[in-house]
Amino acid sequence: MSTAVTRLFIPRDTTALAMGADRLAREIAAEADKRGETVEIIRNGSRGMFWLEPLIEVETPAGRIAYGPVDSQAIDSLFDQGLLQGETSHPLCQGLTEAIPYLQKQQRLTFARAGITDPVSLDDYQQLDGFNGLKKALQMDGQAIVDEVKASGLRGRGGAAFPTGIKWQTVLDAVSPKQQKYIVCNADEGDSGTFADRMVMEADPYMLIEGMTIAGLAVGADQGYIYLRSEYPVAHQILNEAIDKAEAAGFLGDNILDSGKAFHLEVRLGAKAYICGEETSLLESLEGKRGMVRAKPPLPAIVGLFGQPTIVNNVLSLAAVPYILSKGGQAYADYGMGRSLGTLPFQLAGNIKRGGLIELAFGVTLRELLEEYGGGTFTGRPMRAVQVGGPLCAYLPESQWDTPMDYESFQAVGAALGHGGIVVFDDTVDMSAQARFSMEFCVAESCGKCTPCRIGSTRGVEVIDRIRNDEDREANMELLEDLCETMIYGSLCAMGGMTPFPVQSAVKHFPEDFNQPAQTNGAQS
Amino acid sequence: MTAAKEQLLPVVSDVIADLKHKPGALLPILHEIQNRLGYIPPESVPLIAESLNQSRADIHGVISFYHQFRSTAPGKHTVEVCRAEACQAMGARQLEAHAKASLGVDYHGTTSDNNITLEEVYCLGNCACSPSVRIDDEIVGRVTPEKFDQLVDGLRSQTLEVH
Ligand SMILES: Cc1cc2nc3c(=O)[nH]c(=O)nc-3n(C[C@H](O)[C@H](O)[C@H](O)COP(=O)(O)O)c2cc1C
Ligand code: SF4
Ligand code: FES
Repeated sequence: MSTAVTRLFIPRDTTALAMGADRLAREIAAEADKRGETVEIIRNGSRGMFWLEPLIEVETPAGRIAYGPVDSQAIDSLFDQGLLQGETSHPLCQGLTEAIPYLQKQQRLTFARAGITDPVSLDDYQQLDGFNGLKKALQMDGQAIVDEVKASGLRGRGGAAFPTGIKWQTVLDAVSPKQQKYIVCNADEGDSGTFADRMVMEADPYMLIEGMTIAGLAVGADQGYIYLRSEYPVAHQILNEAIDKAEAAGFLGDNILDSGKAFHLEVRLGAKAYICGEETSLLESLEGKRGMVRAKPPLPAIVGLFGQPTIVNNVLSLAAVPYILSKGGQAYADYGMGRSLGTLPFQLAGNIKRGGLIELAFGVTLRELLEEYGGGTFTGRPMRAVQVGGPLCAYLPESQWDTPMDYESFQAVGAALGHGGIVVFDDTVDMSAQARFSMEFCVAESCGKCTPCRIGSTRGVEVIDRIRNDEDREANMELLEDLCETMIYGSLCAMGGMTPFPVQSAVKHFPEDFNQPAQTNGAQS
Repeated sequence: MTAAKEQLLPVVSDVIADLKHKPGALLPILHEIQNRLGYIPPESVPLIAESLNQSRADIHGVISFYHQFRSTAPGKHTVEVCRAEACQAMGARQLEAHAKASLGVDYHGTTSDNNITLEEVYCLGNCACSPSVRIDDEIVGRVTPEKFDQLVDGLRSQTLEVH
């Protein structure tokens, strides 16, 4: 029995909660109480080693010791074997958190604080460099801030990889008839296999708030919106807590840190529509309309929200900004390769043994991520197909896994990095079922504006069904190819324009799955 | 959620009064109505239209565009099964089939005891510990058919205690 307070960390991140973290926190508090131990339980963000969730950490003089994945049954034995002293004999003990190779080998710039801090503690944030970028930005004029972002080489992390500094320059230079510009954060994170935006918002929300405020200072915008998918209730809660605290402490509001400058921030929820991640559809939605995609030009940078100049950036793009302002654009550009500078948080998901978030400079190969970090499939079966970049991007067969993870190398093999999501399938996958799903998803999520997307996807489902049913296979394979071409060239946005990519990659790299009658456990719904 | 129709409209009016000043107020208004009532009663459409100076067709068009908004009352709990790729890779197709069979409803359907409405969802951000299910505001990972049944049993005996 000890009288000192032991600090325990149990994350409040979605995946930690989905694996039982809340209940565990209650049970551990009760167990400590029963044993007469005094503990302080801090609800931190996740470190992003999701296969270890719920991951509990105990603070010791040597550093934080990790235990995971912890379930109720293990609590008794953990206490018996010196959990509160950070004893390492328990089978669930992972040693010093920072020494776990998965974490130690990463290059964490954006996720430097993730899982270390209490996400809504302003003190924690400031102790680890928080608001340093904002303080610098308050001393600079708009052009100097934009120049720093340009120097970083940062390209938009939402998928299109457009240079962020150039977008900001356009908004800075644009004239607003109403003297009003906006900063909109795209937190719709609709791609399956991605959770990096969610982790920023749940583990380090002040970083996003700081990045958006700096963007506001750069272009002269005093209002920001975070458009958040409604599928993220935990992120919603944490963001609102953080915004309230930041306002109360003068980091947001009419007079940021007594500078006389204003920035206001509000979270707005989406309503289950994948297309609202497309920036113009998102703006329509924010204006209270159906999420119909707008034709470009005009660019949102010039005619954006409510017709005013608007920065629309992904969560990760904005979250990279505090580092860039604090350490300088060059410090960020020192990471990466070619025209892909800085780091990208890769997200390992699906059928993978060690799923989680891996922030590294561009240039690591897909295979290193799958094997060294991921450790193979969850099921232990051979890996067969890997979809990188979300539902609109290609499936890669093993022959392409040595491709370096950077925008240009992926483009060269007909694939894309997108938002950095990596979804792994084992050898039980039926690739014609996956191709069918791509089309089905487009049917469900098309905004309906263009015929090739709206009708083409419906035809696509029917044609793939016929192929799977072995009806007139050759003719239907040709028809499928024609349909794909029509969608690619006749669609206004990437929803219809890229849905064919996973389909074509499945046909090209896994033709055997289109040459035999479908398995009964296929995608029929 | 079983409130009589007459009791619904004052709630709708309150929500509109609270939120209509916001720029782009329609989605916040619809969300808040659905939050409080479980759905957006068709009778609220004229009220919203009038207060935002839009046509009823406009409001209806927005409600029908988004998968989340519903015009009929849901069951006591909403269970959403993730259908997206990372969950597929870990057995979501089997889980979907199991959910429909064990609840005896298709997507958007409500069980005959009015307890559970089944919905589909495309990604809950829990893709590293898939397959995933959302029950009201709680997300659950690594959901096997057996775990699904336990979760549903938990809802039937009223105490929502997952895992
Ligand atoms: C169908 C579709 C869905 C998209 N979904 C998202 C999304 O969920 N999150 C996101 O940041 N960008 C998404 N985008 C990209 C946005 O249109 C836009 O390029 C991005 O928000 C710009 O920010 P960035 O320059 O910081 O990447 C999507 C695009 C399309 C065509
Ligand atoms: S391609 Fe599809 S989603 Fe994009 S604008 Fe056309 S119909 Fe809408
Ligand atoms: S794909 Fe199901 S949680 Fe992301």
